[in-house]
Amino acid sequence: MNFKSTIGLEVHFELKTKSKIFSPSPVTYGADPNTATNVIDWGYPGVLPMVNKDVYRLGIMVALATHAHILPQTHFDRKNYFYPDNPKAYQITQFFQPLARDGYVEVEVHGKKKRIGIHEMHIEEDAGKNTHGTNGFSYVDLNRQGVPLLEVVSEPDMSDPDEAYAYLEKLRKIVQFTGASDVKMEEGSMRVDTNISIRPAGQEKLGTKVEMKNLNSFEHVRQSLAYEEKRQQQVLLSGGRVQMSTRRFDENTGKTYLERVKEGASDYRYFPEPDIPPYKIKQSWVDEIAKTLPESPMDRRKRYIDEYGLKPVDADVLLQTKESSDFFDSTVKAGGDPVLAANWLNTQVNGYLNDHRLELADVKLTPEHLAAMIKLIKDGTISSKIAKKVFAETIANGTDPKQYVEAKGMVQLSDVSVLGPMVTKVVDDNPQSVEDFKNGKDRAIGYLVGQIMKQTRGKANPKLVNKLLNEELNKR
Amino acid sequence: MDYLTENIDSLNQKLAAGTVSADELLQASLDQIDAHKNLNAWITVDKDAKPDADLDFKASKLAGVPIAIKDNIVTKGLRTTAASHILDNFVPVYDATVIKRLHKAQATIFGKTNMDEFAMGSSNENSYFGLVRNPWNLDHVPGGSSGGSAAAIASGDVVAALGSDTGGSIRQPAAFNGIFGIKPTYGRVSRWGLIAFGSSLDQIGVLTKRVRDAAEVLNVIAGPDDHDATVSERPVPDFTAALGKDVKGLRVAVPKEYMSDAVDADVRAAVQKQIDALQAAGAIINEVTLPYTKYVVPTYYLIASSEASSNLQRYDGIRYGFRAKDTKNLMDVYLKSRSEGFGEEVKRRIMLGSFALSAGYYDAYFMQASRVRTLICRDFDNIFKDNDVIVGPTTTTPAFKIGEEIQDPVKMYNNDILTISANLAGLPAASVPAGLSDDGLPVGFQIMGQRFDEAHVFQTADFIECSNKFYQQKPAGLED
Repeated sequence: MNFKSTIGLEVHFELKTKSKIFSPSPVTYGADPNTATNVIDWGYPGVLPMVNKDVYRLGIMVALATHAHILPQTHFDRKNYFYPDNPKAYQITQFFQPLARDGYVEVEVHGKKKRIGIHEMHIEEDAGKNTHGTNGFSYVDLNRQGVPLLEVVSEPDMSDPDEAYAYLEKLRKIVQFTGASDVKMEEGSMRVDTNISIRPAGQEKLGTKVEMKNLNSFEHVRQSLAYEEKRQQQVLLSGGRVQMSTRRFDENTGKTYLERVKEGASDYRYFPEPDIPPYKIKQSWVDEIAKTLPESPMDRRKRYIDEYGLKPVDADVLLQTKESSDFFDSTVKAGGDPVLAANWLNTQVNGYLNDHRLELADVKLTPEHLAAMIKLIKDGTISSKIAKKVFAETIANGTDPKQYVEAKGMVQLSDVSVLGPMVTKVVDDNPQSVEDFKNGKDRAIGYLVGQIMKQTRGKANPKLVNKLLNEELNKR
Repeated sequence: MDYLTENIDSLNQKLAAGTVSADELLQASLDQIDAHKNLNAWITVDKDAKPDADLDFKASKLAGVPIAIKDNIVTKGLRTTAASHILDNFVPVYDATVIKRLHKAQATIFGKTNMDEFAMGSSNENSYFGLVRNPWNLDHVPGGSSGGSAAAIASGDVVAALGSDTGGSIRQPAAFNGIFGIKPTYGRVSRWGLIAFGSSLDQIGVLTKRVRDAAEVLNVIAGPDDHDATVSERPVPDFTAALGKDVKGLRVAVPKEYMSDAVDADVRAAVQKQIDALQAAGAIINEVTLPYTKYVVPTYYLIASSEASSNLQRYDGIRYGFRAKDTKNLMDVYLKSRSEGFGEEVKRRIMLGSFALSAGYYDAYFMQASRVRTLICRDFDNIFKDNDVIVGPTTTTPAFKIGEEIQDPVKMYNNDILTISANLAGLPAASVPAGLSDDGLPVGFQIMGQRFDEAHVFQTADFIECSNKFYQQKPAGLED
């Protein structure tokens, strides 16, 4: 029997604001427990939420980048439940009127293009964090309480784990390029919950949904969905029934385990948050935000390939992060040749970053310096061999390439009146090489170039030396 | 110092002239509180409190004047309980906006008044700290939930008190105690630091003996606040400017539902006298109808209880307040702390509200109540097209006896039928004394205005006060 899978994803993004969504406490990562909190985060008697308007702005950016329809009026609602990391015993979220609806992203899987719908996206506050000590005590850290989140709920449009993976990759990239979120799975600024059901091919009615929460990586999303597909198939084939439940994925075994069975939907007693008036989102404001929206990764890719003539693979490497793409754009803007800039970024710069386990933001290399170096290579001032030395210095110490090259006397020797006599002398001194050349041994010329290089301590313009040697040898 | 014959202006003049000091005023309040211990109007009194140093009597009329604070308004360093066991050890780490503003005006804040637990009640019998007695007759309730604040004013402990009003909690006790009380427009005064009951209805207001005093205090506490998104950005007028204005041509609406047989005859008679006085002074009296009046009690109790059920979830014994002993696990902490920490009425409303919000019932109850609320607002908007104020009795009866209604929640809830609408519609509303009932208990005259039009409410109240001079009467219960 054949089965069809139906997959939907709920992705939470932490929105990149300075302060929390409803309180002036700073948004931090890795601070000492409960140091980034105030009475609002603690849910003290008498406190009230004040919306950080930047949250709307960042949410609107993501909505625009995913072609979603932004609602003209949005409001917050309360989701009621007791838990120690939830100090008010309700989460302020958007249930009845979310920020935006009906968006989509386009993915390409197995060579086929597909549009994955976004059902809605809403703004909400994050909860604190519970940790369980070995001493019998549990601890609550409210630093994360009130960090703004944007939850993006997909339509159940994905029909296999690879599509889910592709959707996540694409969505992450789109959100990352808006600058609205750091999208770091490892720091929790991007979190994924999945829903999957299967049904026999030909059956209309959807199967029973199984949910998996807090998956650590896209790969785990793919693995857990693939495991669930098989598990649910086996359940159905053996005449069983899939339970509506939440399951946990164990990355060590690659299997999923039952966490809790859901008997009907939980009752969160949603109702409109009376402490926050409904908020009208004016089209003029949306238009203003649209103007500040950075170019999407899809548009950048097109520009890199069509305008700059980059190979698709090089464009994709540059577009892996917004930082590298921005760095590339700035380098080109500063006058660096796009193809050379892409090559340098994707090979030398990435190599350096990998070797030293650094991020682009951590090194002293600037787009202006990289552009300057590329210019020196292009106009023949330095050889690519010299360039590697210059690069090492620039990326390590932030030294200006042009000044460095001049100070160190690294300028390439391209003067024919100096190189000419040297070439004549080298050919005179090496009759054997002349003989070899005449006998068609191309290697001979390499040896002669090496001699010139040795004499000029690497500064001779290799192209020019080659040309002069060929001319000289052909004369003999 | 007899606070029953003083007012904020007279105290200010004496302080400025140096015939009395702020320390002496505070001591006078402490002595009065001691003398009226039997009323049980106060929960916490800080005997070590001191008036501000460097009082500037010119800059602020409230400088050095003791003001009572209802115990659901948080005061930094001064225990704030909301009259509940679950908060009986709670000392706030911050001041409510109204407290900050009173401090800035150099008022002396030294104590917290009794109330119904979490402001849920109309008799002040629902307090963990015991019931409050009515200074006019000690066998009667002072009303609620701001019963302590009202009794403190009526007995002369202070000249002004802050209260809160979710369904009549300022006006009904003001009526029962023969004093003035105003609930301003929803959004006029910041709720930052007011322990929430029904967030879309709660409003802080003022109880005083004299109308002018309330205007003075409201001038200080009202206005925009960047801690409360529901507070209006509108500038605040000087409320005292409305006082003493001629009522000639004032358009006064009297809803026929407010003067029906459901209201005691002596209450109606006392109210009618005030209406006649207004008419005699040239006000235009229009009989109007508020057809949704019969739905306001269920509408209100659904909305207020729903919001309360959510607002009161934070009292879980984890971060502050009372935590039950001998608990086995987290769920046990929640269940025991809340079961032991909350009183009967609070639990009743939490259950009612949780039910009204639950899946499958939300549309039939909470949503339906919200729709009716919209219709009630529309009713009022229509009347205010042709009228400046709406008047009538504040309550259907004078203060009832202690124990008389507490066993019958529905009867108790129906007490609020005349005051609730102003909360549902967000209107400013006040109660000013109209006279005494046949049994010698005060009767309140309610005045409602259009949203943000406290001015007409003050103007009308001031006229009534000047015309019947009820403030000259002393509560009978105090002479015992």
